[in-house]
Amino acid sequence: MCTDCGCPPPEQHHHGHQHDPKHGSRHHDHDHLDRGNVGADTRTVRIEEDLLAKNNRLAAANRELFRRHQLLVLNLVSSPGSGKTSILERTLADLKEDLAFAVLEGDQQTAHDAERIAATGVPVQQINTGAGCHLDAHMVGHGVEHFDLAHTAVLFIENVGNLVCPAAFDLGEECKVAVLSVTEGEDKPVKYPQMFRAAEVLLINKIDLLPHLRFDLEKCKAYARQVHPGIRIFELSCHSGAGMAAWYDWLREGVQKKKI
Amino acid sequence: MTFLRRLISLAAGARSVGVSGMHELGITQSIIDIAGRNAAAQGATRVLSVTVEIGLLSGIVPDAVEFCYDACAAGTLLAGSRLIVRAIPGRGRCGDCGGECPLDPYTFACPACGALTLERLAGEELRVIELEIP
Repeated sequence: MCTDCGCPPPEQHHHGHQHDPKHGSRHHDHDHLDRGNVGADTRTVRIEEDLLAKNNRLAAANRELFRRHQLLVLNLVSSPGSGKTSILERTLADLKEDLAFAVLEGDQQTAHDAERIAATGVPVQQINTGAGCHLDAHMVGHGVEHFDLAHTAVLFIENVGNLVCPAAFDLGEECKVAVLSVTEGEDKPVKYPQMFRAAEVLLINKIDLLPHLRFDLEKCKAYARQVHPGIRIFELSCHSGAGMAAWYDWLREGVQKKKI
Repeated sequence: MTFLRRLISLAAGARSVGVSGMHELGITQSIIDIAGRNAAAQGATRVLSVTVEIGLLSGIVPDAVEFCYDACAAGTLLAGSRLIVRAIPGRGRCGDCGGECPLDPYTFACPACGALTLERLAGEELRVIELEIP
């Protein structure tokens, strides 16, 4: 494996090593903290700049734009296949007469999801990330240029199906809404705690399938609350329509709060 | 592994159009951008080393950043430079009993009292700390 990835020879190389300078891995053969002056031929420049600073700055600009337009912006995150697009299709079909929606669709490739959303008549913009595993604030800032935000109440951003990477990237949204379907393991929240910590809302989808599965719904909710005690949970099926009303009430309430 | 390397070099090649591969690749690209900008501001033509802090609760895996680093640095002021990662362990304080404890990403309850009200004190850092230039 190491011959393939170009790592140093095994005697210097420890997989799963600690990066604490005290442990002396291959990168830490001297202590930078104690080194005031590094000698005549080199010098040290202090920087202390946040690695997500650029994304966070762009996200703040998006958030300000959304605030000006009193827009409720929700960032939908989940593993692939949990039903994000299907929940959107149903939600848009049921509420589009009451609320003005727009949808940003993030996928690595294809415009299939955008085509499904377009069929509901709601404005949609596809963002293809190519090799990228998440949407970032820059893509979203340009994505929303295609919408008439002054006449939009709710913007859904459907992130790339991935429970890891999108957790770290603020897009300027009101909150992340995680979707977990009952055909997955009920322990997803503790397996991917970063994402369920970052999400304010959890939609447990496909509950119409519960009679056919061994999914423990109560255990799933307990896991989610273990990771994020305040998380708001809705149990629903966008196929049967069960539980959708509570989710719709929450959406309407969110839109009302934006208008105050 | 060969596939992963190809993916990384593909994605690194695509960085000019704002595309990143696994999220560590985007983070590594940020290290290169920030360090390159600061080195250029100092009039440096090359960089010897870059020191970064990565909190172990940040969701960013130090090994993956190291893995991407050379590919991202190629063709920049950072080419051939050494990446020095200071990993910052997680620490938390319980909102109920006030006790402090070490945190890993999978610690949800206070080890002393069991409350689920741990506030993160350290471990979410993602920063470029310093550069070493000739």
